[in-house]
This record gives sequence, C-alpha cells and structure tokens, in this order.
Amino acid sequence: MADVTQNATENVTLTVNGRTISAPKGTLLIEACKQHGIEIPAFCYYPGLSLQGACRMCLVEIEKMPKMQTACTTPIAEGMVVQTESEKVVQARKATLELLLANHPLDCPVCDAGGECELQDMTYKYGAGESKFIDIKSHRDEQQWSPIVFYDRPRCILCYRCVRVCGEGMDVWALGIQNRGQGSVIAPNKGDSLDCEECGMCIDICPVGALTSASYRYKTRPWEMTHVGTVCTHCGDGCVTTVGVRRSETGSEIVRCDNRDRSGINVDFLCIKGRYAYDFAANPERITTPLIKRDGKFVSATWSEAIELVAAKFRETLAASGPQSIGVIGSNRTTNEENYLLQKFARTVLGTNNIDHHRTADFPSFARAIAANKAQTASMSEVATAPAILLIGSDPTEQHPLLAWQIRTAVRRRSSRLYVVNANEIKLTRQASHIAKIAIGTEADFVSYLSGNTAAAANLGTAPEVLEKLRDALSAESGLIIVFGPELRGEAIDALVSYGSRIGAKFICLADYSNSRGAADMGLYPDLLPGYHAIAGSSRSALAWASKVPATPGFDLTRMLDGAASGAVQALWVVGSNPAARYPENTAFSRPFLVVQDMFLTETAQHADVFLPAAFAYEKAGTMTNTCGDLQRLKKASDVHGVKSDFEIIIRIAEKIGADVNELVPFRGHTFADAGQSRGAQSGEADRNAVFTEARGLASRTSPLDPLITLDEISKLVPGYAVSRLDLAAGNMQRTELVQIEPAGIPSHPEMVEPAGNALFTSGTLGRYSTTLNSVVEKHRNAIEPIEAD
Amino acid sequence: MKFSEQLEARYSEMLTHYPVKRSLLVPFLLYIQDEFGYVTDDSIEEIAKRLEISPLEVRNVISYYSMLRTKPSGKYNVQVCTNICCQLRGGEEMLGHVREKLGVKVNKEVTSDGIFSVEEVECIGACSWAPAMQVNYDFHENLTPEKIDQILDEYRQKAVQE
Repeated sequence: MADVTQNATENVTLTVNGRTISAPKGTLLIEACKQHGIEIPAFCYYPGLSLQGACRMCLVEIEKMPKMQTACTTPIAEGMVVQTESEKVVQARKATLELLLANHPLDCPVCDAGGECELQDMTYKYGAGESKFIDIKSHRDEQQWSPIVFYDRPRCILCYRCVRVCGEGMDVWALGIQNRGQGSVIAPNKGDSLDCEECGMCIDICPVGALTSASYRYKTRPWEMTHVGTVCTHCGDGCVTTVGVRRSETGSEIVRCDNRDRSGINVDFLCIKGRYAYDFAANPERITTPLIKRDGKFVSATWSEAIELVAAKFRETLAASGPQSIGVIGSNRTTNEENYLLQKFARTVLGTNNIDHHRTADFPSFARAIAANKAQTASMSEVATAPAILLIGSDPTEQHPLLAWQIRTAVRRRSSRLYVVNANEIKLTRQASHIAKIAIGTEADFVSYLSGNTAAAANLGTAPEVLEKLRDALSAESGLIIVFGPELRGEAIDALVSYGSRIGAKFICLADYSNSRGAADMGLYPDLLPGYHAIAGSSRSALAWASKVPATPGFDLTRMLDGAASGAVQALWVVGSNPAARYPENTAFSRPFLVVQDMFLTETAQHADVFLPAAFAYEKAGTMTNTCGDLQRLKKASDVHGVKSDFEIIIRIAEKIGADVNELVPFRGHTFADAGQSRGAQSGEADRNAVFTEARGLASRTSPLDPLITLDEISKLVPGYAVSRLDLAAGNMQRTELVQIEPAGIPSHPEMVEPAGNALFTSGTLGRYSTTLNSVVEKHRNAIEPIEAD
Repeated sequence: MKFSEQLEARYSEMLTHYPVKRSLLVPFLLYIQDEFGYVTDDSIEEIAKRLEISPLEVRNVISYYSMLRTKPSGKYNVQVCTNICCQLRGGEEMLGHVREKLGVKVNKEVTSDGIFSVEEVECIGACSWAPAMQVNYDFHENLTPEKIDQILDEYRQKAVQE
C-alpha cells in the first residue's frame, strides 16, 4: 500500500458521531477515527499492509451513501458525516460476529489467544452470545507446518493478515489461501509444510489463535505472565522484544517473546531469534553455580569462594609480574554499563590496558571518518523512510533481519530506491533499483570508484555501464542512507564517508552482536578509552579517572593470546566471550590462570580455572547500543537462581581485590531513601517522587550494584551519550553520536575485524544452546534435496 | 516439462491479450487441463515460472475454481447441474441416478474403469432445458433417467471402441 499520508499537506474535515475531526487528505476513515480516539473495530485491516475489506467488522454509516461502508477502505472526504456506533452499525457488527463464530470452536478456555484475542474482545463488546445456526461446526485437525508454526483451521477467521505480512512484509510469500467460501483455508507453500524464514510474523499478527507457535502453545495463559519489554540479545539491530515470564522453581521462566506492544524501533517486526531463541536460558546445560577447577576437574563452589580465589590470584599475579601480565577479554553481549565498568576496572584497578573484544566491525575507523567529515550517522528508524539506500556488502536478510525489513518497508511504502553492491546474489536485490554484482573482496575498490577513481572499476568485474548508471543515479539522490558491512574497513570507510558526506548522506556501519557498538563505544580496546579517546592522545583527560590509566596502549586480543601462550600473560579474564572457538589451536587458554564468565561451558570455559555463571541480557538491567547508535534500555525480565549479572561479578571481584568500589561506581554510602513505607496511604507520593528523581538522574543511588549509576557516569563522560534520561526511562530509543574528539587521532586496526558469520538461524554460542534454532537448522538441512536433472 | 506445439502457440498468442502477464493464468490453466486431463504438478511449476508467480499462488487459484482439477477425471466427465432451475425439475434425482448407474458415491469420483467421473455442478446456463448435464464440452438437456441411461451407454461404447 502506498503511504497516502506522506506528502499530504491538505487537511480534510469531517463529522464522526457528531464530532468534527480533521486529518490529512487521503487518510482512511478508520485511521482518521483512530487518530481522534474513535475506535472502529476491524480484523482484516492492519496498518502498513494492503487493504483487504474481508472481515466486514468496520462497517459504518455514512450519510448519503445507501449502504454501510467499510471504514478500512474508505478515504475521508470533506464534509463526510459518519456514524460509527449507531444502532444499525452495532447490529451489523453483532451479525458479522455471529457469522465469524458460526464455525469458531469456542475453545477459548484452552486457546493460546484466550485473554488477548481480538475476536473474544469484540464478542465481549458487541454480544452475539446467541447463534441462529443449528448446523454442526465443521472441524479440521490442527496441522504442524514447521518446527515453529502450527495451524488450527477452525479458529481461523480468514482475515488474511498472515498471508499479507508474509508476502508484503517479509517478501517470503509462503502462505496462500485455498478453496473458497467457508471451505477456505490458509495454505503453506509446500503442500503440508512451510519453507520460509520462520520469523513467526504470521503467528503474532493473527487476531485469534489460529496460528500458534511450537514454543508457546498450550503452555500458559497471557494473564499468568509478566510482560517486560527489553532489547533482543541476538544481532546488532536492537529490536525490542517483550519477554513474557512466569514464576518457576528455578526463579522465573521465559515462556515467550513477542512484540505485541509494538513500542520498539522494530514496531511490527521480530525475526525468529527475537521471538523464539530465548530457550537457551533454560537449557539444562546452563551452569548456575560457580565452578573451581581442582585436579583438572570442575567442582561446585560458593560465590564467595570463587570470587575470593579470583581476587587472590589477580592480586598475586599483579604483585609478582605486574599489570602487563593480566589480560581481559570483554563481550559483545553485555550491557554498556558492564563494558564501561569492566574497562574502568581493568585500567584503574588492575592498571592494565590489556583489554579487547571480538571486533565484528571497524568502529574506530568509522568514528574517525564521521568526526573528520562532520558526517551524520542514521538511526534504524530512519531507514524505513529514507528516499534512497545504498547497501554495500553484508546480507541483511540473514544477518540484520530488522534492517532488511526497514529497507523493504522503504521500497514498498515510499517507492524508495535501493542500490545493492554485493559480491553475492543477496535476497534484497529483489527490492533493488540498481544492482552491481562485484568480485569478492572488491568493496573497497567500489568505494574508490565512487570517489572518482574510475581506474578502480577494472577490479570489480562489473560491466562499466552498470557502474556508471549506478554512480550517476546515486549522485542525484538526496537523503541517501549508506549502509555498509564488515567488508569495508580502515581507509575504505574514510573514503566512503568522505564521498557520502559530500552528497549529504547518513551512514550505518554494520556489526554483528547485540552490543558490538556498545562494546566499541565503551572502550573495550587496548588503545581506545570510552568515546574513542586515544590512550596516547591528549583528549583523554575528559574522563575523570583517566589519570589512573597507564599511558601506553595494551595488548590486543591476538597479542593477549600470544602472551598467554608464551607465559607473558599469566591471568586471563574472559567475560561473555568464546575466543577458543575462533582460535581452536591456540594453547593460550590452558596455560594462564583463566577466569570465564558465561552461561555455558563453552570451548573457552572448558579451560577455565574459575567459572562464574553469568546472567544474560533478559536477566539484567542496563542499556545497549545497536549497530546504528540507537541507545535503548534493557529491563530485567527473568531470573535464574544462582547466576549473577556481569556487573555484580565485576564489582564483587573489585571489592575483594581491595579496590575502592565507590570510585568504580559512585554510589552513596548511606541511605536517606524513603521507599514509601513511612507514608502509609500516601505511598503513591513516594512512587511519583521516584519516577521524577529517576528521570532527572537524581535518584539516590544506594547500591553499588545499580548499573544506572554507571549510566549516569557514561552520560556525563562519554561523548555522544548525553541523552534524555526521561525518554530512556520511558522505554524510548535515544540517539548517541560519534563526536569529534581529536582530528585523525583515533587509531584503528582493520585487520582485527572478524565477522561473526551468523545467519538467520544461528547466533553464536547462544544459538548453539537454543533448541528451537537447532530444530529449524536441522529441518532446513534435511530439506535440501538433490536437484532433478531436466 | 513440455507443452504441445499447439499449446505453446496458444500461450504466445494469449500473452498479447492482457496488460499483465498473470491475467492469463485462469484461461491458460483450462487449456493445460484439456491437454493433460488435469493440471499436473509439473505444469503448475511451469506456468508459475512463466508468469513469475509462486507455485503456491497457482494452487490458490486452482483450488478456488471447481472446474480446475489437480487429479485425473474420467475420460468423460459427467457434470450434473443441481442449481435452482434444474433442482426444481429433478436435477438432484438425475445426479442420484447417474451415480447409481455408474456406481460412484463421492463428488468427482472416477469409475473403476476410468471411463466416467461424476461431478455435481452449479448452473451451466441451460436453465431453459432443465434438468441438464454436461459431458466434457457437450450438453444434454431435458433429462430423464431413461435418457441418461441411453447417453451414458453411448459414451461407454464410444470409449470401448476407441
């Protein structure tokens, strides 16, 4: 559907239920009413999808029209007089419901959708408690279409939302409608099964319980869960996912994830990982007690024993061989606060700059280029409305599903132009207006060609006229967003940003993990402090604690591992990372005293001397920055007995080492807080006070374990992170910026970038422990059949 | 997957009839059905490829129209109308008689010798001569049980002779 409101300047005035309302010309009646708080019920209408006019629930009376009209397909007109709740309309809705219920099984007491079903809500509102039908309801057995999707035909009300969201939204077209009239069914593309991206969009968009998911069906009732909107822990796109949790004997159990509140930057969208890949949290292989290795075997320990051992060993190593003998490897999945705290601890308490993480994008080069060109970065939301997008490298459909959705939305609803430059035939070429298939590894040459070096075209292996057309079309674009994958690094990024900033483009640099950008921004680098202050540079004094940071850069990840293998690094602390999987031959992990914080006994953790079981993203609070620089609040949803957040573990180790915890996390040593008890009936006052103070950063921080104290410090000290706390607390995305610090003063090491290589159904370590993802991977492996010769 | 020369020629000609390629789906499926006796899986894949739509979409359309088949019918497909005019003039009894005579019970069932299939259909536009039925593309009107017996016998003989 074309976005009718985008260029409208003219307003149309009409009367609805005696009220005068106005909305831009071209707005649909149902939307105009919604904007003014007048609800017109509808099942088949869904904003952003094509119009169907199938369910007849939105019939309204319009003066001078002989019959009732569907509000979902009627554009508003000047002087229109509409009745949406007249006796006739209400009677029509009741009749429609009676027809919809004719074959509906009324198994609400066991249906997954019971309690959050649109048909149930409407029946409750309009009655239709009696039926004139005497025929036996026609029944069909439920079907399983994939490891994810189940279909229960009798519950289906044929609104075709699933068919449209799969085709128009996802560009998968795996669902269709077969037969006719009351015999109609939703049909999957492989006869009795689905071959699709398993995103679950069809399930969440279903207004009733006809489509259900294997992971949630018949598990619980919606009102038995608490629903917490937090940030997805998988790729770098930063979708908000609403986690439904329920109490269990292990603390609390995640029963589902969905995006029913549509409040995030992803609005309607979630992929299979955001919806279903939470199950690793309850994997039986998850470790929930600290482990200490004794005589080559892990034995359970208490937290105190484990922490004291780690602190003692760190102290010992420091005393014996100095700070250069300790190495710290941080995580792409921990929060900004944890990353900030980890490097602050390493630098100011351990006294070493030996800190790094698995880099999946060259953010230092990006930051340098953005600052040098005074260029702007783009948010994930902007992509959906951008008039033109240039995509160099990456395969967003596989690696950045939300980005792919945003790009498709822009093309579908705004007729935006998409320019794809890629060495592979990626799926998004279906939306592209210009495609340049280039030779593998020549992305930098393409940038050089764009910048005016026509000789570089020779390396690309692309027809010159294709390149010329693409280049000329690009130069005519305004409002371009340039998105590039890890194929571009170092100077190529400088060149690209320099080219793009001349035509006023904005940029997105793609990294693979949920907080890869945050890890980079928070300074998990041996030569960069938070905010890309160079260790060796002069601007670092902006950080209050910078005087305690050693003056020379530390070891990067490879040198740390080399050092560990050679004995130069005697203690290695790995937080939420699995380097041994990437360097399986390396002996670095067996030699030093190795501390690992993780959920599972990964390849790295097997070698650990002390294993500390960590909470993962859905089990803690904090913030994360997605690959575009969108900062979002992580809210604690679930809890598992025994594990601790990385934040708490770091603080506890710091305390046992003898550090001044108050310097690491400036909490107040005593409390004047009124938690509400003293006010009795007026305790609501205390709550309001809490909201007010929290929003202004005035809340009394009484616990060193409160990561929001560190967020306060980040906002104050890290350039580009001074965001509105009120907005953030309300659950809104806040933009961070890459700010000019020292011209060309940011060292970068493009050779250290190694993409994670995750696809749609994989997600590093977490994916390996997700039963759902594994079942889908298995199905797709089996589905590859030999191709018949013609 | 190969179409006959005639069918190919028809396809090329039909392409010029419509502003949008996919518009020729329904009429062309009928021609496919005439050529193969039903719409085969192979021809679904083929037509989907040619019209640049998904095989699923072709199946959606086929399932909507009762005159499109994805299973073989008998050599002679007997379509008995039971729509209002024929019904008033004994259409349902005629359908019952055909079924009984040919020994079939379910709609669209094929006789064991493969000669006949029997289908209950909606209006075939022969209301003035109700009750009526259509065998392949031939109409038979003002039916009586006796007349039906005679018609079916003739077809059976024709089938045996061929």
